[in-house]
Amino acid sequence: MPPALETIALNKRFGGIRPTSDVTFRLETGARHALIGPNGAGKTTMINLLTGVLRPSSGRILLDGRDITDLKPHARARLGMARTFQINQLFGELTPLETLSFAVSEQAGTGWDVWRPAGTRRTQAARVIELIERFGLADVMNARTAILPYGKQRLLEIAVAMACRPRLLLLDEPAAGVPEEERHDILATVMTLPADVTVLLIEHDMDLVFNFARRISVLVNGALFVEGSPDEVARDPRVKAVYLGEADG
Amino acid sequence: MSPQAQADAAQLLAGRARWHPFEVLFWLAAAASTVLLPGHHLILTEIAWLALFALSLDLILGYAGIVSLGHAAFFGLGAYAAGLLAKHELVNEPLLALLLAGLAAALLGFVTSFLVLRGADLTRLMVTLGVALLLRELANKHAWLTGGADGLQGVTVEPLLGRFRFDMFGHTGYVYTLAVTFVLFLVARRIMNSSFGLSLQAMKENPARAEAVGMPVSRRLIAVYTLAAGYAGIAGALLTQTTAFTSLDVFSFERSADLLLVLIIGGAGYLYGGLIGAVVFKLLQDSLSTITPQYWPFWIGLLLVAIVLVGRERITAWTAPLRAFAGRLDRRRGAAATKA
Repeated sequence: MPPALETIALNKRFGGIRPTSDVTFRLETGARHALIGPNGAGKTTMINLLTGVLRPSSGRILLDGRDITDLKPHARARLGMARTFQINQLFGELTPLETLSFAVSEQAGTGWDVWRPAGTRRTQAARVIELIERFGLADVMNARTAILPYGKQRLLEIAVAMACRPRLLLLDEPAAGVPEEERHDILATVMTLPADVTVLLIEHDMDLVFNFARRISVLVNGALFVEGSPDEVARDPRVKAVYLGEADG
Repeated sequence: MSPQAQADAAQLLAGRARWHPFEVLFWLAAAASTVLLPGHHLILTEIAWLALFALSLDLILGYAGIVSLGHAAFFGLGAYAAGLLAKHELVNEPLLALLLAGLAAALLGFVTSFLVLRGADLTRLMVTLGVALLLRELANKHAWLTGGADGLQGVTVEPLLGRFRFDMFGHTGYVYTLAVTFVLFLVARRIMNSSFGLSLQAMKENPARAEAVGMPVSRRLIAVYTLAAGYAGIAGALLTQTTAFTSLDVFSFERSADLLLVLIIGGAGYLYGGLIGAVVFKLLQDSLSTITPQYWPFWIGLLLVAIVLVGRERITAWTAPLRAFAGRLDRRRGAAATKA
């Protein structure tokens, strides 16, 4: 079985800057993998390359063994890649119900239906309601997304990604900016993601990373620096020097 | 989540397209005007095609977030297409000519949509403006076909369905224009409440996320732009057919700019904005120009400034509080029902 995600010698240059430098790594199906690194290490560029927002300068990206390097973001989404965003990327004027109805409809391939009223397909409505329930959004399901509490927006962010029925889920700092008391909701949600979904977590919150990940890759200056189990990474003196040491200090 | 809450959710999802009493009232009033206001059918005709034209702009601006200062390009093409078809007796049935004019405008919309895909708001303003100017000059230069600056003379519109003659009081013209506008409104309403319409609204809010969810953003934009162009073309054709004349003025910048004004007066993104805006705009124009023939644009300008001050954040949605109050979106009612 091919790995869920594989990158081969991935490079990205912006003029003289090289935020991604010869990154070769693979995620096995069902992996719980975290990508960490100090600020400016190239994590966001990496996720933009994986999702197709940016085109790599060189190198290939394979999803389930299929070369997706030249595919646009929506085509990658259709192949089972979903992501969340570090800064909420939601639809402010839509309600969570409408938002998830849209996402479920796109996933089901009915986005081109110009006639049947949205939300009237039973199986799709059932999925929307299931997502509302699973992500604890029932109390706000009919409110404009723009006025939701931040924690709820973060949950909706993940719910939208899950509405795409991903086989690979890229979580870009899901806990960023979430107040301490709402953090356990995010953590609980992330911990209970379906086992068959491959998850790549990009995160600053070390509690979340070490609780969640079974493997960790450390990115420094655009290149993969260390990869290993959480224990190995935590003990690695080089990682301590560039990253954890910095965080402790 | 209780079974009750689940039922509420399902109902909220399915109930987005429900007819609101205000909508029924609006259309009943429009229908009544054909009988109750026979002396005003000429201006009502103008209101009706302007409403359709503004509805067309609402499809791209209010739903897909595309700003345009050149929507008159499609209106004008439709106007000339209908005029030429009638003048040269190529198509004698007005309804068929209307359809063909709409298709011609839709084709132009499809072709120019690829230009509109590029860039953000300012680029789009310039591109749409440029296309309209280009068409105006084309029509001006090819006077052998269009009559140039003199306008397209000698258009005779045959009776509708071979039976109803367009009379000088505009009775036939009004019923015809209103009926076409109503039918196209129903179609637009249906489309905008569909999964497709919902996806446009999501795209308007956040195109990057909509694409990440799997929506082919560019193709949907092309589709709605083409549709809106067709609507605008039909509005232009209605103008030609009900006045038996058309001129370069149909492509003018003022027409595109006024249209934006009409939609802003009525509020964008809920389909009725263009219709209400058209009524208010035409009536204001009519009554103000009677009082102050030269200075009426001043009052329209003042109104625009007032609207902008009220709706500082998003002028196209300045009527949103009113609409929420009217319960059109039914959100609060729904939320209350869920809590209870």
